[in-house]
This record gives sequence, structure tokens and C-alpha cells, in this order.
Amino acid sequence: MADFFSLYFWPGLIILGQSLLFLVVLLVLIAYILLADRKIWAAVQMRRGPNVVGPWGLFQSFADLLKFVLKEPTIPASANKGVFLLAPLVAVTLALATFAVVPVADGWVIANVNIGILYVFAISSLEVYGVIMGGWASNSKYAFLGALRSAAQMVSYEVSIGFVIVSVLLCVGSLNLTDIVLAQTNGVGTMVGLPNTFLDWHWLALFPMFVVFFISALAETNRPPFDLPEAESELVAGFMVEYGSTPYMMFMLGEYAAITLMCCLTTILFLGGWLPPFNFVPFTWIPGVIWFLLKVALVFFMFAMVKAFVPRYRYDQLMRLGWKVFLPLSLAMVVIVAFVLQITGWAAV
Amino acid sequence: MLGLQALFFYLFALVTVGSAVSVVVARNPVHAVLFLILTFVSAAGLFLLTGAEFLALILIVVYVGAVAILFLFVVMMLDLDLGDIKRGALDYAPIGAIIGVILLAELIIVVTGNYFDPQLSVATAMPTPPLAEVSNIRALGSVLYTRYVFFFQLAGLILFVAMIGAIVLTLRHKEGIKRQSIPRQVARTPETAIEIRKVQSGKGL
Repeated sequence: MADFFSLYFWPGLIILGQSLLFLVVLLVLIAYILLADRKIWAAVQMRRGPNVVGPWGLFQSFADLLKFVLKEPTIPASANKGVFLLAPLVAVTLALATFAVVPVADGWVIANVNIGILYVFAISSLEVYGVIMGGWASNSKYAFLGALRSAAQMVSYEVSIGFVIVSVLLCVGSLNLTDIVLAQTNGVGTMVGLPNTFLDWHWLALFPMFVVFFISALAETNRPPFDLPEAESELVAGFMVEYGSTPYMMFMLGEYAAITLMCCLTTILFLGGWLPPFNFVPFTWIPGVIWFLLKVALVFFMFAMVKAFVPRYRYDQLMRLGWKVFLPLSLAMVVIVAFVLQITGWAAV
Repeated sequence: MLGLQALFFYLFALVTVGSAVSVVVARNPVHAVLFLILTFVSAAGLFLLTGAEFLALILIVVYVGAVAILFLFVVMMLDLDLGDIKRGALDYAPIGAIIGVILLAELIIVVTGNYFDPQLSVATAMPTPPLAEVSNIRALGSVLYTRYVFFFQLAGLILFVAMIGAIVLTLRHKEGIKRQSIPRQVARTPETAIEIRKVQSGKGL
């Protein structure tokens, strides 16, 4: 019995506590990311944005949470009830599950697995199920059209995201997210003799892939200018049209969790994770998690600005971009990166 | 650790078998596909338990993330009448049973072949590298791209031919449709695109 406690119970309890703490921090972060999205969008359009609840509207997201939870959930009479209620659950669970392997600082990770990036890729490829199930179970043509578009879009852009990840992996030689960050202490900067700075991170060495990844991440998370699954001007709200109250909130939460994940992933793959921009004294005093959050905020700011000033793509243009531009480009880059690494002998291992 | 592993094995195995049965007996075809997806996911869980983490995640990426989505779509788009499908279902039971027995026999032969003739598997099996030292992916990659590179390329070629076949079957060149040509649009200059005319007031063109 003592074995049971020392082997399973206490480690299990510690992991549970860590996961809960991480989840709470993550949910609060998502609440403020949602607020930041609205504030930035408002500022670009010269509006004030949410400013009533709390100082500068800081508690707006929590007020919204209360509103959604206290509303009465309505289920359409002809909907497939089980799948209708399962869809938002699937969306939010999968989006939050991916964070288990995200390292926010050196050693600060719930599960430091060797195949971290593959796990993230696999789980985020499942996120499309929430959308499809919601769209189908609503039994409404707008919802179904939104789900159709979304599935095609998310599957298309996953391909180029996969190739971008492969080219980063070629440079690193490991699928562990912590290793990917640590590999960015050496790079273009140190190669020309500079000390370790932000020039070593992958964004410079793999700049085309950084751009492809950023745009694919926008498409993968259904962010504007690729928000065709929602397209309120034509499909009302796409796959979410029949949803209200808590199920709707869960879809929203899942969407913003996926966006936050993509920001974290961009940070880890290309912006050096928790590494400070200059590896000398005043910068190394600041803990890694602060740098990580700052970089995530920077990437999210770019996400929000794109939403504010790029008009929505037409559907055929979206598909053309994914299949005819990004797929050949990222495939060619994988070949080029592999070739260069092999020729120069820089390949890890 | 064995106790916990056994517990998870029975959990995943139970879900796999249960959802596989539900695929067959589900009344709604979309529910059947959703159960199929659950079967895939719990099979991936079984792979994870045996230490084949790469296979588990590839199963999820390829089958659940891409193939099953297409399945789901085809089934959702078809206007299926449940009564019609279920009425003839028992007619197919003998054929299904025969296929099941063949598959079972093949599985038994593969698993027990080693027992009856040890030479059989020695000739085909590669030595498994120690999993503690070499990661799953590296072990797979080092045989896939060296010893089995020909089969690997051949599999890719077959998929490529299938893809081209699917495109050829569905490609239609309709006459009289205005298509967007991005290079032509980009190549336009103000000189070729617009014409400036002097319009006298009150006259028009």
C-alpha cells in the first residue's frame, strides 16, 4: 500500500495540482487575450472598445462569462442533441489538451515528452471535429456550409504547417519542444561571431517558413482574413449559428485557446521560446516565463492587427493560397533546408 | 507500474471493442463514423501503451485528422434513409462473417508463425534497437530510408497515381466560364488597363 502512495498517489496529485494551476492561469490569460483582441480592433477603428466593466473594461471578459453561463441554453428541435452538445466540449477539450506539452520556461512544462511537437500537431488536427460536429448537428444549412468550409480550410493549411514544422525539426534534430527552444541558442548570429542574441532564433534562418507558418496559423484557427467558416455577412455565424449561452461560450473559448496555442507555437518554433533577446546581464535577470509571455503577446498583437486591417479572403483565393502557393513553397523549403544541412554538415546529430 | 499499465490497457481495449461494435450497430450513419473515430483514437492509445508513440500519433494525424474527416463528410452529405440501409443489413452477414474469419486466420498465422517455425520471423525481422537509447522516430527512419527505401518510394508512387486518378476523374473543363488568372491580373499596368478620354461637358461619350 505504501508502494501505491509513493508510486502513483503523490506524483499523480502533484501533476494534477500543476495541471490545475496551469489551466487557471491559461484561462485568465485567454480572458485577457480576448479583451486585448477587442481593444486592439477598437483602437484601429478609432472606437473605445469595452470600457465599462472595471477600470478600462478590464473585467469585461468575466462579465461576459457570467452572462453566457446564466443564459438559458437553447437546442433546436431538429438538432441531433447528443452531437450538438458534444461538439463544443470536443472543441474546448482538445484546444486545452495541447497545452500539456507547451514549455513556458526552462523545465516549466506539465509533460516533457519526446514527441511534443507531433502531439501538438496531432491534437490540433482533431480540432476540426468540433466545427464539423457542431455544423452538422445543428441541422441548419448555414451551419453546415460553415462546417464544410472550415473542414476544407483547416485540412488544407495543416499540410503546410506540417512542412514548416518538419523544416524546423531538420534544424533541431529533436521533436521535444524544450530541445527546439534550446537549439536556438546557436544560429545565424553566433555563426558570424556575434554573442547570443535574438538573431540566433529560427525566424531569421527560416524567414520564409516563419511567414508561411504565421499565415497558416491564421487560417488554421479561422482568424480573419480567413474567417470564412463564420463569415457573418454571408453565413450569419457559420457553424455556431444555432449555438447560444454556455455551448457558444465553449466554442469561443476553444477558438481563443487554439489562437493562444498558435501564438505559443510560433514563439517556441521561431522566436526562441523563453530565451532572452540578448543573452547578457540586464536581460538575463528577467525570468524566462516573462520573456515567453511577452513574445506570445507580440505574436498575438500581430494576429489582432491582421484581423483589424486585412479584408476577408474569397473562398477560392483561400484554397489557391493554401494549395498552390504555400504547399509548393513549404515543400521546396524542406528540400532546400535538408540539402543545405547535409552539404554544410550543420545537421544536428 | 504494471498495474496501472494493465488498467489503461483494459480501458482502451474496452473502448476500442465497444466503439467498433457500435460502428456496426449504430442506427445513424454519422454516429457510426463518429464511433469509428473513437475506435481509431483508442487504438492509438493502445499503441502508446506498447511504446510505439510515433505510430500512435501518426494514426491520429493521418486517419483521424484527415481520412475520417473525409468519411464523415461523404456520410453527412448523403441523404441516407436509415430504414433502407438496415433492412438489407442481415443479407450481408455471411459475407462479413467470411471476411472476418479470413482476417482472424491471418492474424493467428502471423502471431503464431514464430512459434511453429522460428526461421520464418528471423529472416524478416530487423533487430529492434533498444528503446531507451534510440527514439521511436529515429529507429523507424533509419530503416525506412535505408533498407526499405524502395518500398517506401513505391508506396508514395501508388498514392501519387491514385491522387492523379482522382483529379482526372473529377476534372471538368467547362466552356464559357470566366476564370481568374492571377499572373494576368498582376501583369496589368495602368497603360493596358485604363484609357483616359477627354469628355466634353453636356456631350458624353
